[in-house]
Amino acid sequence: MAVAESSKLASGASNISTGLREAFYAGLIAFFMFVLLIGLKTDQNIHNELIIVPRWGLLAVVVLLTALGRFLQVVYLTPFLAAQKITDTKTGMRPTSVALRFFSKRNLVIALVIGAVLLLAGGTLEAAVGPYWSVYLGMLRGAAIIYVLAWVIFYFRNFIGAHSYSLGFAVLVLYPVAMVLLFGFQGSLKWVDNFGIQILIYVMLAWGLNIVVGLAGLLDLGYVAFYAVGAYSYALLGTHFGWSFWILLPAAGAMAAMWGIILGFPVLRLRGDYLAIVTLAFGEIIRLVLINWREVTNGAAGVSGVPKVSFFGLMSFNVSDPNYIAKVLEIPQSGAYYKIFLYYLILALCILTAFVTIRLRSMPVGRAWEALREDEIACRSLGINTTTTKLTAFATGAMFGGFAGSFFAARQGFVSPESFIFLESAIILAIVVLGGMGSLGGIAVASAVMIGGTEILREMQFLKMIFGQDFTPELYRMLLFGVAMVIVMVWKPRGFVGSREPTAFLKERKSVSGEFTKEGHG
Amino acid sequence: MQYFIQQLINGLTLGSIYGLIAIGYTMVYGIIGMINFAHGDIFMVGAFAALIVFLILGAIFYSVPVVIALLIMMIVSMLLVSLYNWVIEKTAYRPLRGSFRLAPLITAIGMSIALSNFVQVTQGPRNKPIPPMISQVYNIYGISISLKQIVIVLVTAILLVIFWYVVNKTALGRAQRACEQDQKMAALLGINVDRTISITFIIGAALAAVAGTLFLMYYGVVVFSDGFVPGVKAFTAAVLGGIGSIPGAVIGGLAIGFIESIWSAYFSIDYKDVAAFSILAIVLIFLPSGILGRPEVEKV
Repeated sequence: MAVAESSKLASGASNISTGLREAFYAGLIAFFMFVLLIGLKTDQNIHNELIIVPRWGLLAVVVLLTALGRFLQVVYLTPFLAAQKITDTKTGMRPTSVALRFFSKRNLVIALVIGAVLLLAGGTLEAAVGPYWSVYLGMLRGAAIIYVLAWVIFYFRNFIGAHSYSLGFAVLVLYPVAMVLLFGFQGSLKWVDNFGIQILIYVMLAWGLNIVVGLAGLLDLGYVAFYAVGAYSYALLGTHFGWSFWILLPAAGAMAAMWGIILGFPVLRLRGDYLAIVTLAFGEIIRLVLINWREVTNGAAGVSGVPKVSFFGLMSFNVSDPNYIAKVLEIPQSGAYYKIFLYYLILALCILTAFVTIRLRSMPVGRAWEALREDEIACRSLGINTTTTKLTAFATGAMFGGFAGSFFAARQGFVSPESFIFLESAIILAIVVLGGMGSLGGIAVASAVMIGGTEILREMQFLKMIFGQDFTPELYRMLLFGVAMVIVMVWKPRGFVGSREPTAFLKERKSVSGEFTKEGHG
Repeated sequence: MQYFIQQLINGLTLGSIYGLIAIGYTMVYGIIGMINFAHGDIFMVGAFAALIVFLILGAIFYSVPVVIALLIMMIVSMLLVSLYNWVIEKTAYRPLRGSFRLAPLITAIGMSIALSNFVQVTQGPRNKPIPPMISQVYNIYGISISLKQIVIVLVTAILLVIFWYVVNKTALGRAQRACEQDQKMAALLGINVDRTISITFIIGAALAAVAGTLFLMYYGVVVFSDGFVPGVKAFTAAVLGGIGSIPGAVIGGLAIGFIESIWSAYFSIDYKDVAAFSILAIVLIFLPSGILGRPEVEKV
């Protein structure tokens, strides 16, 4: 017993000394990495010359935080994660999971008390502590509310897991209603538009790309090109000829699908990374053409005044029209009706995408896609026509991209090449991969987290109270997005949910000699 | 004719910069089979480091000889960017080695986004112009050659000689080539594969840093988003030359430089990037192994 104690102590002490050493190295590396780029800022003086402004305080904070982070990682996180995997020899059970301990009943009571106190006596407390500290009170209140919600979700996790699709569907349908009830018509605009519609557009794009990348295994880095084709099809045909959205939606889809075939045809022979780079090149070419073909696309200035979607031709959302929805239904005017209508429209488009994907997966062409993803050579030797298989994948994926694009044009009322940069393709691909390629639910969760998370940064104006008035949280959006991509990928390379199992495969698995296959199972 | 030669010289200058970046792509691809998408942004960080060193030198000393200033800029930028690439390789790429093929590409894209936005956040989103460092222009038979261009070509040539020596004549270069052919066998023969890969990233970054410094000196302006387009063009160069082949990267870089300057001179400057991207697509489709690359044998 004593021996065990002392060895534990010794390992603890060596742990701390290793931790200190590692923290020192991390701090040193961070210092050298950031001394030029964070420690010094290039700025323009009144003569428009570049000057250097030192920021040693910020540099010191960043270096110390890096060192501290490394120390905590080495001393606490790594041993803790290792201990989580060790089974107790007596009981044969693993230690209680972090989540179970975190979401205990005791913590719930604490959170409920804090939340209730802050909600009920918030006004007097805030007046008592002044504006600076009331920011922290607000954060605490938000944390308590989020904790309680997370606790409820965690408590009912089995139920949610079993009914995830119907529950998710119900939440999505009821979301605008809930927002209107909570914030009123005007207040709900932001939540329905910036969060709801924005996330659903990415869900649809990611599901469309999922057909190409997740099902057929063709890495496409230029998916945004089809999105652009759809958006410009609707914007140009809608503004020049005044055609309705309901005619142009399928037309835009068809146009994008055609481009999918045109761009897919030359790259049939390519695979993997090369395919990725060629599709990237195509995406950039389309964007550059949109910028430079000024006679048609109006160049970088973009197309404005894209017509709104009508309520299936029955009612319109333009205030000046005689059949404006508020006049017809005799309700007060509000911009929120259009946004809510758009929300349900994109939801319907998403459901269409999911439905088509799910049905296609169990049809011959979907099976062929999955076979192609698993092994192209085997696929070819079994008589699957890889040309048509690849082209249908490109065309189907592009078609959904086109639908999403024309929706995007209708929602913005304005399109410009700025919206179709490579970064968009990268974001969509990141969502597909992080969500677990091929898994629709995982992709939806990933896009809610990634897009919603970066959108929420815009709302964090209270951080200004802490970091000073010139702190703009939006600036950090893409930085955090990039870092999150790396961290999630390193932590869970197979994505959040990670289902890459083919829909159909031989149930019987037999061990074969390693000479025949790479994995040793056939 | 003079106009044409002029364009060739411009192309040579551009091509030297692309070639230096392309070596980083091709070496990394050769050794671990991964497209290091963040390499273009590494180049951009190099240009920013050079910019800051330039401003420090200007603030401390009244006047510094241009050669010395350029040398200091290059060395500091090389050290800094090597450190960046070393850290990135260690934290973002190494844990994913042996994972499925797409994983490192995705982290590289994430790193690329993170790096360019990091520079945007810390240094601001505006263009960063500097006063011209070298302004002499020589006129030979009606062809104007600026000293800047001579410096760029000269520095590139010297670096390539050093680099060629390292890869072909030293133990390090042998280890690198061995890892490229068969990592497992190289490890069995006592080569530290991890270290060799780290050094590959460091060398690639150092060359990109020099390219960044030269880019800053040539154009006199840099902005946080400058990594993407030169990065893709340098990748095009690497592919055109045959990815994995180091002389191929240089040849490809020069070819891209020539094509770009001649295209802008005779056709349309608006579509010069379209030309570069089209070449990338055409080469990959019709000549996937590039000019000097070995054709890939399909194994089952």
